[in-house]
Amino acid sequence: MHGKALPYLLLMPATLFLCVFFLYPFALVAFEAFTRDGGFTLDNFRTMAGNWKFPVAFWNTTLLAAIVVPIQLVTALLMATVVSRLETGRGAALYIFAIPLGISDLAAGLIWLAIFDQSGFLNTLLSNLGLVDRPVMFLGYQSKLTIFIAVVLAEIWRATAIMMVILVAGMGLIPREYHEAAEVFGASPWKRFVKITLPLLRPSLQTAIILRVILAFEVFAVVAALGGTNLPVLMGETYNWQFSLQDRNVAAAFALLILAISVGLTLFFLRALRVPKEARI
Amino acid sequence: MSAVAEAPVVATADARKAGSWLLVATVILLSVWVLLPIYLLIVNALSSPEEVTAFPKRFFPSFDFGSLSFFINFAGVGRALWNSVLVATLTMILSIGFGAPAGYALSRFDFPGKGTFRFLVLMTRAFPLPLLALPLAVMFIRTGLDDTAIGLALVHTTLALPFAVLITFSLFSGIPVELEEAAWTLGCTRLQAFRKVILPLALPGIAASAIFAFTISWNEVFAAAVLTIENRTLTAFLLQSLGESPLYLKFAGGAALVIPALIFIFAVRKYLFAMWGIANR
Amino acid sequence: MNALKTLAGAALALSIAIGGAQAQVLFWSTQARPVEETQKMRSEVLKAFNGQVDYQVAEDGPWLTRLQAELQAGSGTIGVLGGLHGDFSTVGADLVDLSGVDVGGVKLNEAYKKLGTLGTGEQKYLPWMQATFLMAANKQALQYLPAGVDLNTITYDQLIEWSKNIAENTGSPKFGFPAGPKGLKHRFFEGFLYPSYTGSMVTKFRSAEAETAWNKFKELWQFTNPNSTNYAFMQEPLLTGEVWVAFDHVARLADAFNQKPDEFVAFPAPAGPAGRGYMPVVAGVAIPKTSPDMDKAKALVAYMLKPETQIATLKATNFFPVVDVKLPDDMPASVKAFGPTITTMTGAPDALPALLPMGLGDLGGKFNQVYVDSFERIVLGGQDVHGVLEEQAAALKALIDKAKASCWAPDKPSEGACPVD
Repeated sequence: MHGKALPYLLLMPATLFLCVFFLYPFALVAFEAFTRDGGFTLDNFRTMAGNWKFPVAFWNTTLLAAIVVPIQLVTALLMATVVSRLETGRGAALYIFAIPLGISDLAAGLIWLAIFDQSGFLNTLLSNLGLVDRPVMFLGYQSKLTIFIAVVLAEIWRATAIMMVILVAGMGLIPREYHEAAEVFGASPWKRFVKITLPLLRPSLQTAIILRVILAFEVFAVVAALGGTNLPVLMGETYNWQFSLQDRNVAAAFALLILAISVGLTLFFLRALRVPKEARI
Repeated sequence: MSAVAEAPVVATADARKAGSWLLVATVILLSVWVLLPIYLLIVNALSSPEEVTAFPKRFFPSFDFGSLSFFINFAGVGRALWNSVLVATLTMILSIGFGAPAGYALSRFDFPGKGTFRFLVLMTRAFPLPLLALPLAVMFIRTGLDDTAIGLALVHTTLALPFAVLITFSLFSGIPVELEEAAWTLGCTRLQAFRKVILPLALPGIAASAIFAFTISWNEVFAAAVLTIENRTLTAFLLQSLGESPLYLKFAGGAALVIPALIFIFAVRKYLFAMWGIANR
Repeated sequence: MNALKTLAGAALALSIAIGGAQAQVLFWSTQARPVEETQKMRSEVLKAFNGQVDYQVAEDGPWLTRLQAELQAGSGTIGVLGGLHGDFSTVGADLVDLSGVDVGGVKLNEAYKKLGTLGTGEQKYLPWMQATFLMAANKQALQYLPAGVDLNTITYDQLIEWSKNIAENTGSPKFGFPAGPKGLKHRFFEGFLYPSYTGSMVTKFRSAEAETAWNKFKELWQFTNPNSTNYAFMQEPLLTGEVWVAFDHVARLADAFNQKPDEFVAFPAPAGPAGRGYMPVVAGVAIPKTSPDMDKAKALVAYMLKPETQIATLKATNFFPVVDVKLPDDMPASVKAFGPTITTMTGAPDALPALLPMGLGDLGGKFNQVYVDSFERIVLGGQDVHGVLEEQAAALKALIDKAKASCWAPDKPSEGACPVD
């Protein structure tokens, strides 16, 4: 076993595994998206795109991802930097920042609903401070903007930890000498961050962004908890077609669309944040 | 920028002091942001049913353990907890076992099919699992994997594998290949070099993917609800009915789910820093 | 590394040891999902069954996915299914004919028994329990009731006026309606609003009367708590006081009456020009073709219909019996409030019962969606009533034609597919 065969040997377990437990069922579902009553058709995609809720769901999902992911990236970088700088209490800070990882999206939806609800904690605070006379309706159907903001906050709270942990693991690999050398030459902390940390962190950044973007297009439980029927998203529509409308073919079409978007964005980030071999440490 | 370089030493010390205050303030701010919602969940979980629906809300728990003890005394909770731990542990082992070699291969070799493999891995994460559950369940019933911990762990592994592969990939990419080569020249075999040099450096990444694998499995509801009957996981057991239970039970159930996951993250947290010592030398 | 291997080996061995065959009947149900109800089903309702039962609940998605998987695989572990009428319509072809089940001397409700055939010649499911929708009000709201209004004979116009009074006097809208993603709003439009205004559910979908109905509902919506689009169960907003007057399924109001029995009153659904439309909720028990032990499964189905079981079920779930029984006195506060109200509603001179959709097969979900879409577009989206009804009527007609379903009450029986005028 030499150079040529080794990579394939290393990939084999994962590949075989994915073929059986992902590709095979995936092929069956994908097949359903292109068939109806036994014949090949694109009708399922037409039904999907023709549904009056489709554009709304599509734009809600996209907008949510476009707003949430960049904020999360900045927050995660901030968290990771802060953690790596701490002299004492580093472990405690890291643990606290990582806590939301352990919380399912259903539980996260529950928590944030308890905050934004008409009789929730935020309203209690506002009325205790005398800022409002009676509870504000944050999640009513006319206040789409506040619903959206609530979902954005909840998503940032819930899913930033994923990026943070990846970045922390990556930052640990950057030799401290680089920073020390830069410090000797008088580079400001900001300059050190931009010129040293960010470029060297590229592989981890790429991973964190790609995984987070993919997950952002599958957002569902938190939106359902806070937005009810007011904020349709692609994943929610997929479930609706699969389980309420019992149309597996159209649901499969939705799922393929989500997949296509994710694949497209993954390709984009793989290219935009390419890690050239010679640029590695 | 050059102003910083020319600044007197005193100013640098001042700046450093200000910087460390800023650092501490940031850590506190971020910690509050993360902890506050968790605190509110616990307040609700430790309140009596009347307090949970009351307005204005109290910001301090009344330490009413009625709702929590309902869950703890619920028939079958112990067994479900055990199943959850079992499935999550298996998922962790499987995803690292399959994922880490693949991540290593991706980072160290250039070979035909590399792009395809990365793509396959990411696709897994970009496709909604509830749609795959039907063909998977049919397969499991036919093969006898149905209603076993290992069966469910295999499904959860498809969810966790992309994290394992990509995180270990970005970590191995960050470890200079020269280190490995140096070990070879010193007479180590490829395997020895990997175990003695690379593995210790990659430990944080492995710990990170272990955290992901564990929490993904812990919080997954749909496949768990379909694929386990007798051997229900805690999530399937609690969350199944949580959505429609009275509010006070929702919060108690949510808290009951969060606690074990937090204990797990706490346990593996130190590995995330395992290499800081090495990088700092 | 070695420790990891040992751990893996041990975990694997354990996981294999755990899975084992059992002689219990698996009761796979979408009903009694709230944890306390599940608990009572196990410890009180099913305990007396001769032969063990494993009562497992699942949300509709996993419930159906698991069932479909077992049917496709050709073998399974589910012994008996519990679900609503609508849950069974998709899988009708794979259910065992239950007409031969010996239910002893009990007298089953004939109308529901007929529903259980799903429009075929076989008894696809047997009715298990029933419920309906009612109105509930916080007693504080009663002071704003317009003069001369009797709750027992309330009309939609009076309800609107009342809700308006409350909103104007308290400063915020306090009518509540379960319009959230998991709320049962579709049944309100199908079985309450449409029959009350048009005397029909399907045929007069886009009539002038239907336009009036939607316009009236829009009027009511002005005095409805905007949070309603998040509500699945009205008992919670009733308890928090966000909502003072609400419409919902009795099982989803029960907790309010049980927690604070003195603060709430129940009353019948309102009447419109065509009558007091109301719709039952029927849950049934069925046996899939893949059931591992047919005899035991049938014995369990028969057990569910025994009068004692039916009463225990009522206490556990707030669903009422489908057989003739006399209710004992030791009932929960919710049942005490709902029982007489249901009798008043169904026995009212203007009562207009509407049946659950029949013969739609797997199009039942899409049928509901027609009404939900109409609601979201007209009421939430503010679109033109006439235009929306024209479009939705086309969708409704297409799916009724596809299912070749003939009309059900309150529409007159039809030859062939039920017409949409």
